[in-house]
Amino acid sequence: MPQPYARARAALAVLAVDPEGVGGLWLRARPSPQRDQVTGAVAALVLLPLTRLAPNVGDETLFGGTDLAASLVAGRAVLTRGLFATPRAIVLAMAERCPVALAVRLGQWLDRGTGCLIALDEGAEPDEALPPALIDRLGLFLDLDGISAHLPLDVADPTLLADARGRLPFVTVPDEAIELLTATAASVGIGSLRAPLQALAAARAHAALRGAAAVGDEDLRLAVELTYAHRALPQSDRADEPPEAEPPPPDDRPDDGDDTNSADPDTMTLPEDMLLDAVRAALPADLLARLAAGRAARAAVGTSGSGGAKKGNRRGRPLGSRPGRPDGQSRIDPIATLRAAAPWQAVRRALQPGATGLLIRPDDFRLRRFQELSDRVLIFAVDASGSAAMARLAEAKGAVELLLAQAYARRDHVALVAFRGTAAELLLAPTRSLVQTKRRLAGLPGGGGTPLAAGLQMAIEVARLSRGRGMTPTVALLTDGRANIDLNGLANRPKATEDAARMARMLAATGTPAIVLDTAMRPQPALQTLARQMGAAYLALPRADARRLSQALSGALEAA
Amino acid sequence: MKDPFPFSAIVGQEEMKLAMILTAIDPGIGGVLVFGDRGTGKSTAVRALAALLPPIRAVEGCPVNSATLADVPVWVQGAGQKIVTRPTPVIDLPLGVTEDRVVGALDIERALTRGEKAFEPGLLARANRGYLYIDEVNLLEDHIVDLLLDVAQSGENVVEREGLSIRHPARFVLVGSGNPEEGELRPQLLDRFGLSVEVTSPRDVATRVEVIRRRDAYENRPEGFMKTWKAKDATLRRKILAARAALPGLTTPDAVLEDCAGLCIALGSDGLRGELTLLRTARALAAYQGETVVTRQHLRSAAPSALRHRLRRDPLDEAGTGARVARILAEALPA
Repeated sequence: MPQPYARARAALAVLAVDPEGVGGLWLRARPSPQRDQVTGAVAALVLLPLTRLAPNVGDETLFGGTDLAASLVAGRAVLTRGLFATPRAIVLAMAERCPVALAVRLGQWLDRGTGCLIALDEGAEPDEALPPALIDRLGLFLDLDGISAHLPLDVADPTLLADARGRLPFVTVPDEAIELLTATAASVGIGSLRAPLQALAAARAHAALRGAAAVGDEDLRLAVELTYAHRALPQSDRADEPPEAEPPPPDDRPDDGDDTNSADPDTMTLPEDMLLDAVRAALPADLLARLAAGRAARAAVGTSGSGGAKKGNRRGRPLGSRPGRPDGQSRIDPIATLRAAAPWQAVRRALQPGATGLLIRPDDFRLRRFQELSDRVLIFAVDASGSAAMARLAEAKGAVELLLAQAYARRDHVALVAFRGTAAELLLAPTRSLVQTKRRLAGLPGGGGTPLAAGLQMAIEVARLSRGRGMTPTVALLTDGRANIDLNGLANRPKATEDAARMARMLAATGTPAIVLDTAMRPQPALQTLARQMGAAYLALPRADARRLSQALSGALEAA
Repeated sequence: MKDPFPFSAIVGQEEMKLAMILTAIDPGIGGVLVFGDRGTGKSTAVRALAALLPPIRAVEGCPVNSATLADVPVWVQGAGQKIVTRPTPVIDLPLGVTEDRVVGALDIERALTRGEKAFEPGLLARANRGYLYIDEVNLLEDHIVDLLLDVAQSGENVVEREGLSIRHPARFVLVGSGNPEEGELRPQLLDRFGLSVEVTSPRDVATRVEVIRRRDAYENRPEGFMKTWKAKDATLRRKILAARAALPGLTTPDAVLEDCAGLCIALGSDGLRGELTLLRTARALAAYQGETVVTRQHLRSAAPSALRHRLRRDPLDEAGTGARVARILAEALPA
């Protein structure tokens, strides 16, 4: 199996030979000398001008537009060219924070095939990953985590790369290679058809680097390693296909990967299983799981894209205008701008005798501002402990579904926190996708202790984060109230109750409206106390009366 | 810039392709919504559609593509006197677009540098008599959706802002695509799409291999590839034109109208737009197949895409409405 170094080297060489074909590189690494080395190598090897972008880049920079300030000085329209106008390699810093709108734009640009993207993902949080629109379009993936030494990135000398680029159009691809790549992608659960195309480009580029006339086994193996490994679904997600179940064909599977290298490179002797193994071996299992978790979480966060922009200047109740620079997104207030410029006309005319018309300087610009009521996010904290499962977990799920239907009608966002065993888990970050919420909820298993405090803590955290995104959180806690696991994950009933009370007060202190739904067989006085501490409405879940429940809930929530 | 991938070369996805062809035959159907997985060729198909559309005749230099000199709005400056042929506009509405760019606004540059009050037309003006394409339509911000709904309903864009009072026709066909995992679409906007199709990644390996093979040929051996498929596109375009010409001559038996109404009642679709769209779609389908009479069979084929998105939706219904349409279709209109 090639070392991570060798893989990094191969990825860079492939990128250098055919940047448009593979689309780009997803580089997961903290800021480090190693990362700088990789980006430096890209800058040196890829024949495209390199541009660094931050996630908050405006449309003006990307698509070009009118340079208003320069236009005013020149007295005619001065146009700027956007980054997308000419082929280039874009390095996107903090790509895991990339807003969906930017990801979609970058994706549409990548689809035009006039450049490549290096997405730097710092991977600071395990549940952060690139927006799915980008994951789908970046062929290569490198994880520099755990690579501490200096990378021997003497990739290739420029003449070799130039030769390879020259050879690239003439590299032929046997039909079996396309079949193999496609079949492999399908069997590791990669649905998108972009992946096999990128793998094909990578295989072709690698063959050109080797100086081969046709794509051979080793090119294919490298291609799937580089382009499939990070997208393969973790085994648990592929319910329809039992993992590792396909028994290997008895004879045609070589014992050792080396056997295939001796074969004639012009015929495909590589069994599909070999490619599969290459994919599986390329990345450690836990990384796959981490990426998958991140993908799900991010996909969900993506839908809340409007949240961050809520404070913006596009809609809502008008506020006064403020000085600022037009950036293509905000709206200029012409009247206020003229008013700001008016007193200076005489002075400016004296300084600029030949000028005609109004004399407006960039600092006269006034931009409109609006204030808007933010979206509501409903955070469900669901007790999935053993006791709750015994009692009425199914009914609690039903109650959540009722609320979901209401949330759908009001275009609220929904987040799902479950707590059981020793800890709480964020099943779903704030999203508007009901399909996902429903799926997660249905898949929620019951059992274990009741870490009520941990559940509340997680809910507080989600509320804090969504408030930061400009949304208004409301917490709905569904529990039977028998807290028996404390914040440290230890079974200790008095401490657990105390921790839960502390968290409840903390929630109250953040001013988050809340509602407590008692799912126990009989209403719990302890839970009523907890609700009081949370400053929340308390509601004993009525048995099997969906309509009454729905009414009670909406009543409590409207009041909140 | 490279030619877009040819429409005829798209493998499989027959429902999506047919829906696009039908809106090209009769723009009155009102556009297509394509919802589905990533990497299934949604955007490719929309971009390819542009090449299939027959050109329109419009006044030279008119920002709203007016058909005759009399139609040119009064505020337009610099429109020519000639009628020219131009490709049917297919305008991209990018995410994160500002209201000003959509509806048009005061031309700030001219206002500030020359002190003139002039209107700078927006995307809605350019899309008049053509197509407006929104990729990732479910991620479009709500205030832009509001604007679109308003204009799509009235067919006219009214701008009352910054001392401007301007109106111009804005009749366009909405084409949208998106991934349902990323969010829902508002029902009001859903209703604006004539047809809705769901696409999934092809399941069998042979189809997938064919997709990759054609795409590979498009990328790496474009000359031969484009030659083959452009010829097929041309055939398809002729077929679309023939169907357009045949459309007014079609007869629609009363029995079909009754079937149509019966089906919509059985499905409980809101409003009458469902019936109207279903009928138009069935007529376009009959014309496309070169027939002169609309039959129940046409209705049956047109119903899923015309009605799927119009049912009163239970937001928690996993199976989606497609299954419901199919079931009721089998009951209400037995073959």
